[in-house]
Amino acid sequence: MKRLAKYRPWLLWLGASGLLVAWLAYAVQTPGQQASFMPGKVTHAHHQIELQCMACHAEPFKGSAGIQESCLSCHAKELKAMDDSHPISKFTDPRNADTLEKLDARQCVSCHAEHKTEITRPMGVTLPDDFCVRCHSDIEKERPSHKGMAFATCATGGCHNFHDNRALYEDFLIRHGQGEKLAAEPRLPERHLRDFMVYMEYLDGAPITASDMDGRVELKPVPKVVQDWEHTAHAKAGVNCSSCHQVRNESGELAWIKQPDHSACTSCHKEEVDGFLGGMHGMRLKQGLTPMQPGMAEKPMKASAAHAKLTCMSCHGAHRFDTRKAAIEACLDCHDDSHTRAYKASPHFNLWHEEINGRGAKGSGVSCATCHLPRVEFITPEDETRVLVQHNQNDNLRPNEKMVRSVCLNCHGLQFSLDALADGKLVAGNFKGMPAKQIESIRMALEAEKRGEARKASGTEEEAE
Amino acid sequence: MRKLKVISPLVAGLLAAAIAAPVQAAGWEYKDIADALHSIMEADRTVYTKLIVNRLQNQEKVIKASEHWKDEKALVLPAQMFRYGAEHVAEKGAKFSYSLLSLWPVNKQNNAKTAAEKAGLEAVLKGDPYYTTETLGGKKYFTAVYPDKAVAKACISCHNDHKDSPRKDFKMGDVMGGVVVRLPMN
Repeated sequence: MKRLAKYRPWLLWLGASGLLVAWLAYAVQTPGQQASFMPGKVTHAHHQIELQCMACHAEPFKGSAGIQESCLSCHAKELKAMDDSHPISKFTDPRNADTLEKLDARQCVSCHAEHKTEITRPMGVTLPDDFCVRCHSDIEKERPSHKGMAFATCATGGCHNFHDNRALYEDFLIRHGQGEKLAAEPRLPERHLRDFMVYMEYLDGAPITASDMDGRVELKPVPKVVQDWEHTAHAKAGVNCSSCHQVRNESGELAWIKQPDHSACTSCHKEEVDGFLGGMHGMRLKQGLTPMQPGMAEKPMKASAAHAKLTCMSCHGAHRFDTRKAAIEACLDCHDDSHTRAYKASPHFNLWHEEINGRGAKGSGVSCATCHLPRVEFITPEDETRVLVQHNQNDNLRPNEKMVRSVCLNCHGLQFSLDALADGKLVAGNFKGMPAKQIESIRMALEAEKRGEARKASGTEEEAE
Repeated sequence: MRKLKVISPLVAGLLAAAIAAPVQAAGWEYKDIADALHSIMEADRTVYTKLIVNRLQNQEKVIKASEHWKDEKALVLPAQMFRYGAEHVAEKGAKFSYSLLSLWPVNKQNNAKTAAEKAGLEAVLKGDPYYTTETLGGKKYFTAVYPDKAVAKACISCHNDHKDSPRKDFKMGDVMGGVVVRLPMN
């Protein structure tokens, strides 16, 4: 006993260490407990999945390369699609070794660090505002018009973005810089999914009615369900009960299920579901978490919707799949910010109102979805093009010039679009009124073009100005 | 016959050892590897420029080539084709890298940047390749620069007419720039 007493401090130390290890092992693996390890809050973009540590720290022994892999696992596709102006491959070339010392743009986290609320600025950027200058300080040599411009003005609305310049590159500005304002026939592009499915021979597309329903015995649908389905594009394109309600179980056999989830939709709407899972509405589901609820959101939401669970059905409603409801009412049920509240008094809503009351042409109304869940041309995995609804409502949101090509230019001219998007007050008021000031980029591009033409004519090498 | 039985495992063992050992390109120097890589680059670049761009744009006038090929539904410019290839190689994690540079680039990013590039681009104007070594970001490279010549009318008309081109008097056969191939040493 005496001998044991001699080792008491050591035994205590061992016991305490053991307990600590056990708690750490438990806490690291238990979602609710992981919060205590978080070094700081994450950005708005990732807050929904902030306790899903492994979403980003999936490869703990790979260091920064592991984090980079995680970033790209969700964001690679969009970076490719936006013709990233600063792709990683530009920085890995040894000739750019000196550039890397100024800014290691091979890693997303060099500019977008997480858990650093105190230095996080709009769009999740954690670098000081002068990052462009690190490499482009001599821009006035190439572009004399940029002489004397302050470093903070590069990314002023309507000029330059680090990644996505599809609506801002010089020749695009020149091509659209001829003073157009509103397109002659402003319309929303048509989707034609049924035609595509028939063209690909996935469906024969022949319409079916209640008498053709194949799930009557297994699902026992109430008359309301039958009636709803019969009026949808699904029935009109020959999509039967089994198309959604019959799925393969683990042993590979077809089984009937009462409530299919988003995976059932993927057989025809894969790109739409991918978009949904990539955005704020579905990113929790993508990580295997419970569905997003408006109550968890950082943006203002209606208290009445706090506990709603976001799945495909929350906006589309099973069996009816009313896309008109999904385009406005579904949004207004939850969102409660000034832009949303101002919508029904906006000229855009007015156009929508005219269309649904039969006074406006098809596709002339502007709903929430027109801009935030836009119809875009998409290259399918089969290498075909089709117009579909981009269900990642974050895809064109920040910086907001991303919206110009996919949305605004369907109806408006480029100058007006850039001016309107750069006017924060106008955006908050849902575009009721006119932009406060004109963005200079188009004028500057046209002047550069003129200077180039003059140089060409004179055949000299000199830079103008 | 018995002799053969003894020898065959020996031969098989030696063969296996030979396969397992890293195969060396005996007699191949950095210069030879760079030359070999460049011969493929030059061949592909010439074929694309002549058979695709110059033929379809200048001779048969079927389709244009444009920097904004996606927006304008046009052919990728030969310089872009080359760069996309180089980026693809980089993305695949290849050990070497290459780029197309010029003393008169339309895109200023393709100006000579390192001392070796500057010396190389000047040297290749005479028509012969230039070889050197350089240290970039603490690593040593074997750097080869090869002359890049105007092989088709499309090359000179595009550069002479481009508003951002610093030089507008290129003639057929002129050295317009250089292909830089870098191999890490050690």
